[in-house]
Amino acid sequence: MEINAAKRKIPSLIEGYGETSGKLYEGVFARAPHGYRAGPKIRTAAPNSGSKVTGGIKEAVMASGLKSGMTISFHHHLRNGDFVVNEVIRACAELGIGDLTIFPTALFDVHKMIIPYIESGVVAKIMGSVNGAIGKLVSNGELGTPVVLRSHGGRPRAVMSGDVHIDAAFIAAPAADRGGNISGRTGKSACGSIGYAFTDAEYADVVVAVTDNLQSFPISPVSIPGIYVDLVAVTDSIGDPAGIVSGTTKVTRDPLRLLIANYASKLIEASPYFMDGISFQTGAGGIPLAVTAYMKEAMKRRNITGSFGLGGITGYFVDLMKEGLVRKLMDVQSFDLKAVNSIASDPNHIEISADWYANPWNCGVAVNMLDVVILGATEVDMDFNANVNTEADGALLHGIGGHQDTAAGAKLTIIAQPLLRGRIPCVVERVHTLTTPGEVVDALVTEFGVTINPRRKDLLDAVADFVISKQIPLVPMEELAARARAMSGPMEPIRVTDKVVAVVEWRDGTVIDVVRRIEK
Amino acid sequence: MRRTMLYLPGNNPNMLLRGHLFEPDGLVIDLEDAVSASEKDSARVLVREVLRRGEFGRCEVTVRINGLDTELWRDDIAAVVSCGVSGIRAPKVESPQTVLDLDEEISKTEEKFGVTQGSTKIFCLLESARGVWKACDIAAASPRVTAILPGGEDLAADLRTGRSKEGTELEWIRRMLIVAARAAGVDALDTVFPHVTDDEGLRRETAFVKQLGFDGKSVIHPNQIPIIHEIYAPTEREIETAQRIVEAASAAAARGLGAVSLDGRMIDAPVIRRAEYTLVRAGLSREKV
Repeated sequence: MEINAAKRKIPSLIEGYGETSGKLYEGVFARAPHGYRAGPKIRTAAPNSGSKVTGGIKEAVMASGLKSGMTISFHHHLRNGDFVVNEVIRACAELGIGDLTIFPTALFDVHKMIIPYIESGVVAKIMGSVNGAIGKLVSNGELGTPVVLRSHGGRPRAVMSGDVHIDAAFIAAPAADRGGNISGRTGKSACGSIGYAFTDAEYADVVVAVTDNLQSFPISPVSIPGIYVDLVAVTDSIGDPAGIVSGTTKVTRDPLRLLIANYASKLIEASPYFMDGISFQTGAGGIPLAVTAYMKEAMKRRNITGSFGLGGITGYFVDLMKEGLVRKLMDVQSFDLKAVNSIASDPNHIEISADWYANPWNCGVAVNMLDVVILGATEVDMDFNANVNTEADGALLHGIGGHQDTAAGAKLTIIAQPLLRGRIPCVVERVHTLTTPGEVVDALVTEFGVTINPRRKDLLDAVADFVISKQIPLVPMEELAARARAMSGPMEPIRVTDKVVAVVEWRDGTVIDVVRRIEK
Repeated sequence: MRRTMLYLPGNNPNMLLRGHLFEPDGLVIDLEDAVSASEKDSARVLVREVLRRGEFGRCEVTVRINGLDTELWRDDIAAVVSCGVSGIRAPKVESPQTVLDLDEEISKTEEKFGVTQGSTKIFCLLESARGVWKACDIAAASPRVTAILPGGEDLAADLRTGRSKEGTELEWIRRMLIVAARAAGVDALDTVFPHVTDDEGLRRETAFVKQLGFDGKSVIHPNQIPIIHEIYAPTEREIETAQRIVEAASAAAARGLGAVSLDGRMIDAPVIRRAEYTLVRAGLSREKV
């Protein structure tokens, strides 16, 4: 057993993952890259072939040369409407290909259809977030090898540095042409940005575009050019539009969430970053969206214009840009129809890759330009450490998403969260799973007020006027924890076995924590 | 200040523990309509436990008990008066006798539990034509009575009409209750605006009742609180005038003068009280208890 720099106990050898010596978390910015990027395989398109279309998914799997034991990757831009993961796995099973490692950017509830293929050994390993039914399966130790959880930036870092080698990438393509050019902007399955797929296209040995919308060559604009794409599979439908994008994104009317959002917005307004050129990421959840709404009021009131909005983009952000309150949107994932239409038509709405968005090991990662980020967490502890991976019962819940990356990059990282979810406290003595270290979390905002990390003395000074005028109630962490304990009563400790069911990597590829199987 | 008094269902621990965070001026913990018959006992226990914790920020804490026509109201009073609530909101008050019965029960309970005699106030909900007709007598029936309030649905039904968004059926009643309240020297508090997503409607109704003279409204949803506070907030000019009146009054008092004049005009005591209240509403001074 080893102990890493975050004081978490990590086994020296994790079966199905490998030795952890030399891979233990050392600190937020401790590990620097060296050497060269991994080189992708050199391939050519056959001269005068004219077309990369190879039939349907099954034909494409055959043509890709995929064999048992290989690693295949997917993106999650079609979210809970995605058909591609399920169809590719089914095709592999029918072709007798098994023992696969799947490397999705995220899995959703719709993917529970692959559970029988996990049980039959077609899928042997998952490197990517799991939740819902698959999460339960993994939490119960029913997958032979542990799941590897990486952040949105950690994933492309792992690929370009050679930690993960992708044998075949299957890229759901809302629009494609016979030359293999891909776009997410148009088609019945349009999803806007396809930023999570870029790195896979650049580094996989074989790249297959899976489309239900084959256009004449060449399409424009192109997200992933055909120079990276080997094969085009055509199928009736790559996804259910209802699960891909929501129609409209409305700000919540839940009074508790509005209260929290109001405090978070006041904290931003009081911070030294609230000035012309402010950049922010707020995501699509109830609280973050309401923060954006309150910030909009504050920006108008104080005559401030933002420089860019980052990350997952909603229609609400599009409206901010149209009203001139932010100049640009950097979009790795378009959440709703308005965002999809905007990225398809407005040159100020920029499609960015996950690499550009969040990879700590490149020369221009967008999160490092970020002023403010609003995040959530299932647990935050006395040291401001955050857990987004496991539920109160210790079961796997969420992927890391951009949590680690934006927290590390942004100048002001705010976790905004009700103190209790139902009867379960979100502030605890010690997080069950460590996702993001408190070193990069600046404040926690709950319905009881704002709790600032004592490390940020400058921020405490900055909010003084807002505290005096009673716009921000300041609550010390100790008081918040005591309140949570008093309201929830004592919690049964989570009992776990020694078996590791998931490895949580910090964005630099080191092991920050592991998730152990829950005792039955 | 009673600009906003937020109803909290007595069977909802989530709201009972958090209602004060929305910073209404007061809370009305409801044991009556919000709680079904089968939950009356458990809600009473829950409410008592929450009252004992006593974490309500700066809110005035009151409890709406079950009506005096039920068998529950004495148990309700025993449970909550012993915890030292500020007031009892009594539903369906129809006569001064109802107030006297309540007063007697509260007095007994205060004595039994060592609560200061007379400290528990009574808020009278007038939910019938009979109750409204006797509003002034009801308000004057006991020194415990601190406010009278018109009912909503029940009152409309008793008037053989329904509730309209414009509040036509309540128009005359509101005017009457203001006169009754002022004659008896108690607060007049308006009923809830039930359309929780109609912010503009709430704004209109609040502006109307404020102009009539109401001290505030009952609130059914936390999102209504900032809107009502905004309507009740004095204007810059009102604040400035109030500050000058209060300053002139304290300067006169310091010099031992009984009469106060400002800009050549004499200012009497009610004007000074009004000015002080304006500063309280503006958040510039604390209410005198």
